Order: sequence, then structure tokens, then C-alpha cells
Amino acid sequence: MADKIERDDHSGTETTGHEWDGIKELDTPLPRWWLYIFYATIVIAVIYWVLMPTWPMLNSYTRGLLNHSDRANVAAEMSQLSAARGPMFQRLASATPGQLVSDPELQQFARAAGESVFGDYCATCHGAGGAGAPGFPVLADDVWIWGGSITEIEHTLRVGVRSDHPDARFSQMPAFGRDHLLTPAQINDVTEYVISISAAHARLEPDMNAARRGAIVYHQQCASCHGADGAGDRNQGAPSLQDDLWLYGGSRAEIHRQVELGRGGVMPAWEARFDPAILRALAFYVHEMGGGEPEPAPQEPTDAAALAPPQSSADAGRAMR
Amino acid sequence: MWTFHKWFEKHSLILLIGILVVVSIGGLVQITPLFFIESTIERVEGVRPYTPLELAGRQIYIREGCYTCHSQMVRPLRDEVERYGHYSLAAESMYDHPFQWGSKRTGPDLARVGGRYSDEWHRAHLEDPRSVVPESVMPPYAFLARRDLDVSDMQDHLRANRMLRVPYNDAQFDNAITDARAQAEPLGANAYDFEQRYPGAAIRDFDGEPTRLTEMDAIIAYLQMLGSGVDFSTYQAEAPENLR
Repeated sequence: MADKIERDDHSGTETTGHEWDGIKELDTPLPRWWLYIFYATIVIAVIYWVLMPTWPMLNSYTRGLLNHSDRANVAAEMSQLSAARGPMFQRLASATPGQLVSDPELQQFARAAGESVFGDYCATCHGAGGAGAPGFPVLADDVWIWGGSITEIEHTLRVGVRSDHPDARFSQMPAFGRDHLLTPAQINDVTEYVISISAAHARLEPDMNAARRGAIVYHQQCASCHGADGAGDRNQGAPSLQDDLWLYGGSRAEIHRQVELGRGGVMPAWEARFDPAILRALAFYVHEMGGGEPEPAPQEPTDAAALAPPQSSADAGRAMR
Repeated sequence: MWTFHKWFEKHSLILLIGILVVVSIGGLVQITPLFFIESTIERVEGVRPYTPLELAGRQIYIREGCYTCHSQMVRPLRDEVERYGHYSLAAESMYDHPFQWGSKRTGPDLARVGGRYSDEWHRAHLEDPRSVVPESVMPPYAFLARRDLDVSDMQDHLRANRMLRVPYNDAQFDNAITDARAQAEPLGANAYDFEQRYPGAAIRDFDGEPTRLTEMDAIIAYLQMLGSGVDFSTYQAEAPENLR
């Protein structure tokens, strides 16, 4: 800092008093507009202290005159949202599947809600539009492992498959190869037999001698879940082997590998995460994707009789791969 | 006053000390009270220290720089709460050293990703993200499934966390290496003891390869527990003491 103030003759401005090789630095004042904005920000900061939560104290903090709270705001917004959605949610959650399919307004609402939640939560595994992926079932076709009526789909959504929900849908195919339950030769034979009873037999041309041997193994090991004719059993979550749609791929090697490993995927239980109306909307949306089945008549369990004819499944099978 | 200031300007060491004093006032005023203000020290039920396997997964998460694209912080905003679930509570990251809140989202927030997808999905997604999410720009991490998890330094990780006041008890500390293996062996000899030491932790073969303990096991174990500690059906989010 200069000890004594010096004024530059040419510009009439004070100098800072710093001098380098005869060159002196001017101390030009800040522009007025800049200074005023600077003072204004100081004033705004003081106003902010008064209105908003700012200063820490010993055991609490100043809450400010506005009593602002992000958590209270989001709680208020969420309750506004549920109030706005409430009437339709209630109608949706209390509607029977029969009422749902005969109420266009409710359907439109369920479709929109279902689409939005599906895109965020379900499409990551089941693919956009329910197209599926190896290991993640196609939802857009008419082949169901656990049942394809709105009620059944909603139940699957609620409890999940092999999830940590106490009532989860559960099935477990043994790993016949990995756990040495069958010999490699037996696995080859049973693979040929499974191909021979499925709609894939035209495509893969099974070895009929091996298939005859495999039939014996099949009836000992596989028929209790997949059925004597390979129709599957939804009560046990055993998929049909008659069609040409394969969860883990439909090539000979992939079918063989599934007999070896007995893989089964996990679907999370969504009951705790979603409102009942959202679950209903999702079930409706998935049901509408292409293969939804009508509600079963009372006292009549969903069974293999509702399964699709092989041709249409073959189309969907191609879409999956 | 200018004469006094000139003293600072002409002595660089004094200037340096002066700068440190001024800058630390800001830090002290802003940060120190947070350790004492009761409303910022919230306690909630259900948050537990990481199991050794989860902790190892967390180290992999940090090593691979997951935090550069994924945040772990659901902010109290309507659209975030609608998409990801309940907003994050401070207590949920109380055992995080360092926390993984992040500051940028190229991928989605992961604070509540636990339980949202199956282990198999995580496997498929980490090995080849585009196989399950076609529009994803995430790089593949298939090598995690091939690399055996190094558990030899597990006890050191627990020791470091204990120094930072994460309440691992002696049994947990002594069995760190055993526990890291036990969590991925549901039928193993140590599964029961592990469950006693870490009640509520998932015991599964996370990577679908029961014979090996890989880095994939660790990262999936970590991802599957994120945000699953607090039971929000009982947490009183709208109680006056929790609103701020």
C-alpha cells in the first residue's frame, strides 16, 4: 500500500503506489454497476438469513421466518399427488378383474399408470414391451409359467418368484448335470426326448433312438413336474415343454445346458414397494401386452388346458431370441 | 489500517498464516456445529455396518469408479421420490467411509437399488449392460466374474472402519475373512455363525458360480443391500422431528 497517495496526471486516477522499473499501477475504482450489484448480494444474503434456515446454534439452528423444510415440501407434494390420484387408485384397487375389463375409463388409467411403472421397474429385465431376454420371460406372448390371468399376474407381482417374500412363488429344477443326478449320456438322451415332444422337433430333428432312451429317464425324473406329456404344471411353476419357447434359449446346446444346470431366475416381490392400485395397473398392463388369459372360472384351477397352440408360441419364441 | 495490512503483504509466511485463519473460520462455523446439532444427528432403525463381503464389494465399487456416473442419494424432490423411492436419510450413510453420494448421474441413482433386480440380472448387466438395457452407455465389467476376490486383507478393512467408529464387535473382526466367504456359501459350515454375527444379511451365491468367490459376488452383495436397511413402513417420515 502506498504510504502517501499519488495522483496520475494523465488520467486523474490515484495510483496503488506499486512501481516496477518506472511503471506505476493505476488504482482505478470498480465500476459503479458492479459495486451496486455486490452490495445488493450482501443485502440479499442478510434477508436470506432471516427467512431461511441458516445459522447453526449450539443444539439447533435458526429456522428462519418462512420455516422452510425440503422434507415437509416433498411430503406435501406427495400427499397432493396421492389426493389427485386417490379416487382412481381406489377404484382400480377395488375393481374386480371383470369390472376392469368392462370399464374403459379405468382401463385407460391403468394402462397409463402400468406403462409408466413398467418402463421404470420391469423393462430392465423383461425388455421394452415385454419382449424378454434369455433367462427373463417374454411377457408379450401367451405362454405363462405361473398363470396369465390378471389375478395370477398380480399375485406373481406381489410375491415375486424365488424372492425373499414368505409366500413367494417357488420352483426349483434340479441341476441334473452339475449335481451328477444323471450321467452325461442320460442328459443327451433326455434332451433329444424333450426336443422330440416339443414344437422344436421340426427345426432340430431329434435323434429318435436317443429320444426313446430319454423317454424312460424323462418319465422317472421330469414328468412329476413337467407332466407325462410335457404340458407343464402352473401350480408347480413347471413350464410347458410342448411349445417352442425356451426361457434359456432354444438351441440343442442351450436346452442341454438347462438340463445340466436347472437354472431358475428370481423376480423381486413388489408388494412392499408399490401401492395395491399400481400392482393392479401393472397386472392389467402386462395382461394386455399380447397374451393375457381370461379369469379362470371359480373353483377351477388354471391348468395346462389354457396353454397356447404351438404355432403362435413359435412366433413369440423367435421374438425372444 | 493500511500500514497493518502492509505488514501482511510484505511477509509471505505471515500472509499464509493469515489466510489459513480466515479460511478456517468459514469451515469451523459451517461444519463443527453439525456434529452437535441434534436434528442433524438422526438415528434410525435398521442401518447396520457392512458385512465383509459387502465391504469388499464397496471397495470394488470405488475402485472401478462407479461413483463417477452413479449417485447414491435420493433427494427430497417429488420426481426423485416417485422414481427411486423414499429420499435418502443421513443415517443411511453413517457407516460409509467415504460416502458415495456422488455429484453426477450419467446412470441412475443407486441409493435404493437393493432388491430391485435379481442377482442374475445384475450378473447379466455387469457382464454386458446392453444385453438387458439396449440404450445403456455403461462399460462392461465381465472381468469381475473371472477375478477371485482377494479376502486376505479383509481384517485390515474392518480395522480401518473400526478406527472410524464403525461398531464392528470383536467376533466380527476376528472372523472377517471367514465371514467374507461364508456369505456366499448358503450351505457352507460357517453360514450359521455368519447369520448370528450379521442378522438380516443375505446369504446367497451371488454370482451363480458356487465353487468360487469372485469380485462379482462381492459387488452384487453390495448392490443388493443398498438402501434396504431402513424399514420405511415404520419410519415416521412426517413426524415433526424428522422434517427439516
